[in-house]
Amino acid sequence: MHPTFKPVADFGLLVIFGDEFDQDTHAVIRGLDAALNADLPQGVLETVPALVNLMVVFDPLLTDHSAVQQAVERCFPIPPATSSGTTRTIDVCYDDPFAPDLPAVAAATGLSEEAVISAHLAGDYDVLMFGFAPGYGYLGGVAEAIQVPRKPQAVPDVPAGAVMIAGRQCLVTTLTMPTGWSVIGRSPTPVLTDNPDAPILFDVGDRVRFRRISADTFHEIRHD
Amino acid sequence: MTDATLQIDHAGPLVSLQDAGRTGGLRFGVSPSGAMDRAAAAAANAAIGNPAGSTVIEVSLGGIALTTDTPLTLAMTGGAFGVDVSGTKWAMPCVLTLEPGQSLTLRGGAEGSWAYLAMAGTIVAPSWMGSTARHSKSGLGSPALTTGSTLRIEAPEVRPTRLGNLPRSPNDTGPLRVVMGPQDQYFTRDAVESFLTKPFRLSPASDRMGLRLEGPPLPLTGALSIPSEPILRGSVQVSGDGVPTVLMADHQSTGGYPKIATVISVDTDRLAQMRAGQTIAFAAVTPHDALSITRQRANQIAAYLADLEQPRGTLAERLMRENLIHAEPFDTLTSNAGD
Repeated sequence: MHPTFKPVADFGLLVIFGDEFDQDTHAVIRGLDAALNADLPQGVLETVPALVNLMVVFDPLLTDHSAVQQAVERCFPIPPATSSGTTRTIDVCYDDPFAPDLPAVAAATGLSEEAVISAHLAGDYDVLMFGFAPGYGYLGGVAEAIQVPRKPQAVPDVPAGAVMIAGRQCLVTTLTMPTGWSVIGRSPTPVLTDNPDAPILFDVGDRVRFRRISADTFHEIRHD
Repeated sequence: MTDATLQIDHAGPLVSLQDAGRTGGLRFGVSPSGAMDRAAAAAANAAIGNPAGSTVIEVSLGGIALTTDTPLTLAMTGGAFGVDVSGTKWAMPCVLTLEPGQSLTLRGGAEGSWAYLAMAGTIVAPSWMGSTARHSKSGLGSPALTTGSTLRIEAPEVRPTRLGNLPRSPNDTGPLRVVMGPQDQYFTRDAVESFLTKPFRLSPASDRMGLRLEGPPLPLTGALSIPSEPILRGSVQVSGDGVPTVLMADHQSTGGYPKIATVISVDTDRLAQMRAGQTIAFAAVTPHDALSITRQRANQIAAYLADLEQPRGTLAERLMRENLIHAEPFDTLTSNAGD
């Protein structure tokens, strides 16, 4: 799978693998990301893996588009991605009042609320990319049975820690923000960790599993 | 030596602590942040004699007023803000010493949107992901500088050899240079032509995340659903209704709107200093030319910063030096000393 390249201003190179997301493409993007970061090419500052492409950000005083493109091309062929990532566990409480949209998701999918929770817990989630705000990791792998579209209207002031779904993606929020996704639980697990060496709980390519906790445990963890 | 405490008696919206910003966060959804006008922030640090990338106060058009409990030298650069020290006016850019009992006020002036204040000392601020820069939307990084808050300065100093008015930064004019894309192929031919030939006006709906533009609509070739992809500072993204926004320091790390073009790095500084209502134009350059322009401009700015970094001497020393070099009557020099 050979990419195409698009220069972005004087300090970026977008490495494009396709127009639509699929698992195999994303595995190559993750492999390229790992290869580049194992030994950052001269002048490269950071890489940003996304759904169908990867951005390489560089210092225009130290390198240029063509040198970066050559460095990317040297990474090929990308070794087939192993199930490389670390698995992170995120606690989630599905009890009232943390799951305001659980009844609506149950109604929309024809499942009981308990069945929605089971389907959510059964998922094996991949961190596909980050976006929107710090620590907003888009987790792919929501079971088909509970895939629901985004709501037509965003709901304001959804608290940080909301566990929410839209389509095949799931997200744990880190900030209080408006959202049109369906909130089916709340997590006390900090995604922004306060650990200077690993400030975000997971990285692209990691796997996430959810663990159900009671409201009591939620408050215990949060020291409420 | 004891710390100085600055009392922020007034702070307009979006007044914050900034530094050179964070690198390596984009993959985690973390914006680079840092100064909106990076060259101006660098100039403030150079003029006060601080290491490059030290934390500075970024002042919005809303302005700032502060007092100190310890004598402290400050450098101020950026837009042509009005500077007032207890009734005495100063012209930007300049370095001055603020004494206890005096009040320093910066207010939006003739031009520019952002000013920078560097201190002779270290601004005490928490670092997050390698930077003290405050991210306006999330509040991550250092706390907000709001009216009534205080700021601690470690090892505050008076630096008499740095006082006075400073040379202005080398100007850069003309249209903002862009590299087309990465999604210009999704725009109609007319849209690309309008983008490169018609004027745009900066909308008041602008902040540290992005600057919205008013101008001709930039229609897409069809209804599009692009998978969310990485964004960089300077990206000109166009929303579904054809309205362009240039993304700035606190931009989202990814997004699904197509980007018609990207403003080259050195031109985002002067774009940041433009005001709502001002007219801008874009000109396309090749990626190769973008690199040449950036490197040339970087040399120009480096020379300017190197000049600012040199202590200029106390007023008496400067007068003496000028007198020896130019052998002019002392009284002429005295009358010029405030220039």
